[in-house]
Amino acid sequence: MEQLLAVLIDGIIYSAWLFVAAVGLTLIYGVMKIVNVTHGSFYALGAYAAASITGALLARGMPPSLSYAVLLGSALLVTLIVAPLIERGILRFMYAKDEVVILLITYALFLILEDAIKLVWGVSPYFIAEPYGLLGSFDVLDLTYPYYNLILVGVAILCGGGLAWMLNHTRTGKLLVAVIHDTEVSRAMGINVERMYLYTFTFGSLLAAIGGAFTAPTVSVVPGLGVEVIVLSFAVVVIGGLGSLPGAALGAVIVGLVRSATIHYLPQVELFVIYLVMAMVLAFRPRGLFSIAEARKI
Amino acid sequence: MSAGRAPFTLALILVVILAAGPFAPQWTLFLLTIALAKGLVVLGLMLLLRCGLVSFGQALYYCIGAYAAGMLGRYFGMSDLFTLMLAGMAAAALAALVLGYLLARYRGIFFGLLSLALSMILYGLLVKTEALGSSDGFHVLPSTLFGVRPADAWVRYAVLAVAALVAFVAALAVHRYLDTPLGKLAPAIKDNEIRVEYMGASARYAIHVKYVIAAALAGLGGALAATTVGHIDPEMAYWTTSGEFIFITILAGTGSVIAPFLGALIFGIIQTVAFGLSPNTWQMVLGASLLVVIVFLPLGLWSLFRRRKAA
Amino acid sequence: MNVVRKAVAAAAVAAALVPGFAAAQEAPLKIGVVSFLSGAAAGPFGVPARNAAEIMVEMLNAGKVPAPYAAKGFGGAALQMQLVDEAGPATTQVTEFRNLAQRDSVDMVIGYISSGNCLAIAPVAEELKKLTVFFDCGTPRIFEEKNYKYVFRTASTATMDSVGAALYVMDLKKGKVGSIAGVNQNYAWGQDSWSDFEASMKKLAPGVKVATSQMPKLFAGQFNAEISTILGAKADVVHSSFWDGDLEAFILQAGPRGLFKRSTVVLTTGETAMYKLAEHIPDGVVIGARGPYGPYAPDSELNRWFSTTFADRYNVPPNYAAYQMAQAILGTKAAWEKAQAANGGKRPDTDQVIAAFERLSFESPGGRIEMAIGAGHQAITETVYGVSRKVKGKMTVANVKRYPATAVNPPDGVKAADWIAGGFKQ
Repeated sequence: MEQLLAVLIDGIIYSAWLFVAAVGLTLIYGVMKIVNVTHGSFYALGAYAAASITGALLARGMPPSLSYAVLLGSALLVTLIVAPLIERGILRFMYAKDEVVILLITYALFLILEDAIKLVWGVSPYFIAEPYGLLGSFDVLDLTYPYYNLILVGVAILCGGGLAWMLNHTRTGKLLVAVIHDTEVSRAMGINVERMYLYTFTFGSLLAAIGGAFTAPTVSVVPGLGVEVIVLSFAVVVIGGLGSLPGAALGAVIVGLVRSATIHYLPQVELFVIYLVMAMVLAFRPRGLFSIAEARKI
Repeated sequence: MSAGRAPFTLALILVVILAAGPFAPQWTLFLLTIALAKGLVVLGLMLLLRCGLVSFGQALYYCIGAYAAGMLGRYFGMSDLFTLMLAGMAAAALAALVLGYLLARYRGIFFGLLSLALSMILYGLLVKTEALGSSDGFHVLPSTLFGVRPADAWVRYAVLAVAALVAFVAALAVHRYLDTPLGKLAPAIKDNEIRVEYMGASARYAIHVKYVIAAALAGLGGALAATTVGHIDPEMAYWTTSGEFIFITILAGTGSVIAPFLGALIFGIIQTVAFGLSPNTWQMVLGASLLVVIVFLPLGLWSLFRRRKAA
Repeated sequence: MNVVRKAVAAAAVAAALVPGFAAAQEAPLKIGVVSFLSGAAAGPFGVPARNAAEIMVEMLNAGKVPAPYAAKGFGGAALQMQLVDEAGPATTQVTEFRNLAQRDSVDMVIGYISSGNCLAIAPVAEELKKLTVFFDCGTPRIFEEKNYKYVFRTASTATMDSVGAALYVMDLKKGKVGSIAGVNQNYAWGQDSWSDFEASMKKLAPGVKVATSQMPKLFAGQFNAEISTILGAKADVVHSSFWDGDLEAFILQAGPRGLFKRSTVVLTTGETAMYKLAEHIPDGVVIGARGPYGPYAPDSELNRWFSTTFADRYNVPPNYAAYQMAQAILGTKAAWEKAQAANGGKRPDTDQVIAAFERLSFESPGGRIEMAIGAGHQAITETVYGVSRKVKGKMTVANVKRYPATAVNPPDGVKAADWIAGGFKQ
């Protein structure tokens, strides 16, 4: 019984992390129809920015309770600098190209950003563990969990809820939904699709950066941090359906719970179980569990 | 490049390699052999790209070919280069025959992602298999040709000669295939699959066939690479290996059957130069070169030759 | 050209031909150094090792290294280092090794952290007849599977870490270990470390139960579920060979959840994280340094010189990767100079250096190294373990126990797994 509870709690925590990490990817695909490999770079940028800025401020005597705001602020800062640069500077000229070519462009950018991060922050690990331990821990039966994990779940819910609210209840959100469904008609209706692309790319990357920033207190930030996240995010997003927000949530929950159960009961298959799930979903529901119906164009 | 010129150019390149080989430094022979092995994989990818399909998991077949060759050596003591290459090709083709039933139904990103998932599953399985050395892999026996182990100074040349011959035959075969009805179907499928079906051809069948051919080429390349490097490990199935092949495919372009080999060679040179000149920032150099090629030479490096000839 | 110039030219040519003059301007020795400069392994191992190589080469060329290494360079020949990043798959590394050996014509190659690369490079080194010294990679398979003439390894294998950990844990808990658990990365290093530890414990404490063995993916970074499982398993001892980001993430995540209080945790590569993460490591965690390095290095003039020189230049004390690189260079130097002496003071060729290197015994900042197994090509050293303890807020080690080389390394010609299964007989 206790083990089942542990599987559930661990699964939810991991799902929350996966959701925050992956939701930006699905948003960008939904609106812009590009598979954005730089997603991993923004995750890493968020983590590095958060770790270095928070660490520097804490060393200067900032009260630790403010560190949560600083985490968010760092993610915001680094994304607002880098994302528009990439979108306006390079991607903007590439939208006419094939979706696979755009993927490769984002892959090339990812390689460049990896080394750029190394040049700016070096190869030594960074960490800021204060926010993680600050709130203490709680006990569930025999197991102890830091409250920080609840913050992670909270951030996931806020991101998901906030995004859903924005898409359905704000003007920009509704315009985005229109673009998601049909870019050409939206343009014909007078929507400034290019500006929507800029907002989406920035916002999607911000979500990735927030994922990185809030993960930073629980890990040590090292080069290569973004690489693992890319493949995991892809798997989640593909399972849920590219471009679908509830899909990303469901995908995250499925992957999180499956992984958690595997670790507790069958640790040997943990290595590739996520790809197995991804392959199975693709085999039976190629467009993912929740997919946007696309009319077949002759 | 007009269709008729390719075989002549291929033969010319083969003759040059065979003639100049004995005089070239050993390390260039090695570089060239690896380029030919990777070129074979990319030749297959080019075939798929012509249909509009990009496989993000071609490393699956590269790895199957390599492990087939390695395991034949490790468990049966076989080291004959031709046998191992054939075995690699056969193993990969068989796997593609089976998996093709699943994959030929997908297009676009989903084809890519499913192939990625399959290659990562193989990676995970290999890493878990401690009998095969897990992530450290294992050593491949030194190659013999028809039972004879060439003298130390001639090994690299002998392997290169075999590789060049095999690549020549493969490129010629693909070139001929592109002239067959199934081969000519590729651009049609890329443009409009429904029209192809209306015409009475089966797009699914055509893609399945091309998939198996591409896999066979990848398996051939994998076996060749394994015997040349002398070592195999699960990283040959990792997505970064697939990424490298796609990089070369884009670099080369789809203009001709010679393009994949040229692209592989240039990639090898860029990579080794990047390592040497900027050991701390070679990823950036690679990424920047890829970006430059995509932006300024969207049809790949081969379009440089095309333009010149047109003028 | 007038007569005077011709005469001067002739004299110069004659002078260059006379051996005495030639010796005064010895051609420098080119050493290829391969270490991780990018990716996750760069921070904890690759870059410290590169730093150690750079400072050793610089100090050797200036003749500033204490005895018995006072000669400049190697026996008077200046050293020139060519650095290569160990990143990329085995194919890339084999290509770069061939480039070093054939295109750049280095005299020797010192390097390699990844066991996979070591396994791939060893046969190529034999093929190209290039002296190659592995400094860090841990797999025992290299000399177990084949005998090599041109390949040496100046650090002990990873078996030593696991066997030493098992012996230490038995000493620490006075033989009372009922159950063990493991959390190791799911690739060769982690798999081998765990199976060696498990096998050793089963020999030393028959009847010990394995509560759980967690094998997360390399660089997973998130270990909540694994930690929950281990907490639930309530094992007496938890073994981990995690390194770098995974190690630090594990420490950061396990601490607040009370894992260190519930079980005795063994971190076989803990030395690389113990200072940076000092405030997150409570007292009583078993810390390994993969041998007598860092805080476990025996006091000697050479060690004091090395740690202060390194720390002055790089602002951090040298960790075990740095120690291992330094001892690889010093071991090669010792072999080189021994061969040179045997050759009447003339520059030795590769075969002579190899003959001198086999079964060599030499001093290093980490103590005495004996090239005793692997037909004289594989080093064995003692190993040392201790527990973390904070003294006046500073992280130190306590309860330090040293285990002699023969207690933690198999004898020549015996495979590690067989040796453990056979009860550690020498």
